[in-house]
Amino acid sequence: MQKTKSYLSDTVSRLKPSGIRRFFDLAASMEGVISLGVGEPDFITPWGVREACILSLEQGYTSYTANAGLLELRKEISDYLLRRFRVSYDPADELIVTVGASQALDVSLRAIVNPGDEVIVVEPSFVSYAPLVSLAGGVPIPVQTSGTYQFKLQPEQIEQVVTPKTKALIICSPNNPTGTVLNAEELAQIAHIVAKHDLLVISDEIYAELCYDEQYTSFPAIAHMRERTILINGFSKGFAMTGWRLGFIAAPKDLATAMLKIHQYTMMCAPTMAQYAAIEALRNGADDVERMKKSYRQRRNFFVQSLNELGLSCHMPGGAFYAFPSIQSTAMTSEQFAERLLLEEKVAVVPGNVFGASGEGYIRCSYASSLEQLQEAIRRMKRFLERL
Amino acid sequence: MKLTEKEIEIVELLEKDARLPMDTIAKMVSLSIPEVEQIIKKLEDAKVIVQYATIVDWRKVDGHEGVTAMIDVKVTPKRGVGFDEVAERIYRFPEVKSVYLMSGAYDLSVVIEGRSMSEIAHFVSEKLSTLDSVISTTTHFILKKYKHDGTVFEQGDQDRRIVVAP
Repeated sequence: MQKTKSYLSDTVSRLKPSGIRRFFDLAASMEGVISLGVGEPDFITPWGVREACILSLEQGYTSYTANAGLLELRKEISDYLLRRFRVSYDPADELIVTVGASQALDVSLRAIVNPGDEVIVVEPSFVSYAPLVSLAGGVPIPVQTSGTYQFKLQPEQIEQVVTPKTKALIICSPNNPTGTVLNAEELAQIAHIVAKHDLLVISDEIYAELCYDEQYTSFPAIAHMRERTILINGFSKGFAMTGWRLGFIAAPKDLATAMLKIHQYTMMCAPTMAQYAAIEALRNGADDVERMKKSYRQRRNFFVQSLNELGLSCHMPGGAFYAFPSIQSTAMTSEQFAERLLLEEKVAVVPGNVFGASGEGYIRCSYASSLEQLQEAIRRMKRFLERL
Repeated sequence: MKLTEKEIEIVELLEKDARLPMDTIAKMVSLSIPEVEQIIKKLEDAKVIVQYATIVDWRKVDGHEGVTAMIDVKVTPKRGVGFDEVAERIYRFPEVKSVYLMSGAYDLSVVIEGRSMSEIAHFVSEKLSTLDSVISTTTHFILKKYKHDGTVFEQGDQDRRIVVAP
């Protein structure tokens, strides 16, 4: 055992396993659990999209595509980005279709990080950012946003951690796990600091379609930011296509060309059948996206108001499908709360601390569950809190 | 009648589930309970909300399996009242579940429910065909209902997601 471990690289040995894992094992072993721990839509991919994939298989489109993805798909992505987010990328050499937004992140970081470079990660954050920075040879530098500011990154927080080694900043709006959306003005303030310190921004906009209260602002749409932004998006959340593993990178030509080298050597191309499905999603999926978005918004309104009535104070998240309520009134840690809630009432939530230190005192609840499940979860949580 | 966005949302929610509790609806559309009640009352009075009905799968009830038929009816419209008069004569029969005026090869589409095929045959030959304006009828019996008014009868899609995911 000791011997085989010695084969591992130092980087991998130092990598911490995801905190979500332990919870998953516990919850999966129990019956009758209502899970609010799921990070994906409860909708099945719209039938039109599935049908397009089946058709592509019937027609025999089963070979590799171009490394960057089908040109037809890249053209659709380019049109989509312009139409929805007013950002313009050339399908010929500024777009890469990837295996999910996760691979897009990996490729982006490996393309820009030199050993020892620092990358600022805004926490609470998606669990993969810091490990991916480490795997790319960089040093993740966490910045802790605070519940006091609804977990919005304050520009001065960047300045407090910037060093000559700082290479990039990863932002995610709407945010997983907090649901927080940064508006145009807030992004412009961040852009100002980014330009001042000559940083690159990796903007993870995977939840961009799920923004409920205001017009969404894409980071490269902010003045002068396009040239220093790697935009990451995909089909998983907005189009309910998580299992298809399809995302994309949009970046200025020089960056995209470099990233394509990595993508080409490690992945060859994204799955062909999923690419055909994505073409259909972009051409005819807008109504489905609207329908799902409306349903999420209604469930968000119900769930967040219900949480607040229970005494778990929670800001109204502007996007994604997560509520991030404070459990500090219970005097428990996030892990204690989540574990007891699971064991005693069979409701699975994710303890906030797995998303970074500033998530302590909070839990992540996904409201991408049926209304009946959400109603039942609230009843169980009420019972749980009354017993404390 | 022009409805606000929230009024439309309330109607859509009730159309999917007429038994949704008031406080849940109120939270979902960010209004107070009295506000929601007032809107629903208004829409009921204006007959935008016509009725609250239940979708029943009668095949599961012994002795109530029943038979449904769709009948294409060609009629001669009457001066002054067009198709309305004959349509009314048809829809007044309680066994007639719906009547639509159609474009295309025939005029009225009539959906009828009965206990047996012979009961429906009797209705068509004795009541429907004998109406003065009716020129011809074509009866199609429904063999199986897969989806009715947006509801899939045998719900096949279950939650296959893993319990906890990032």
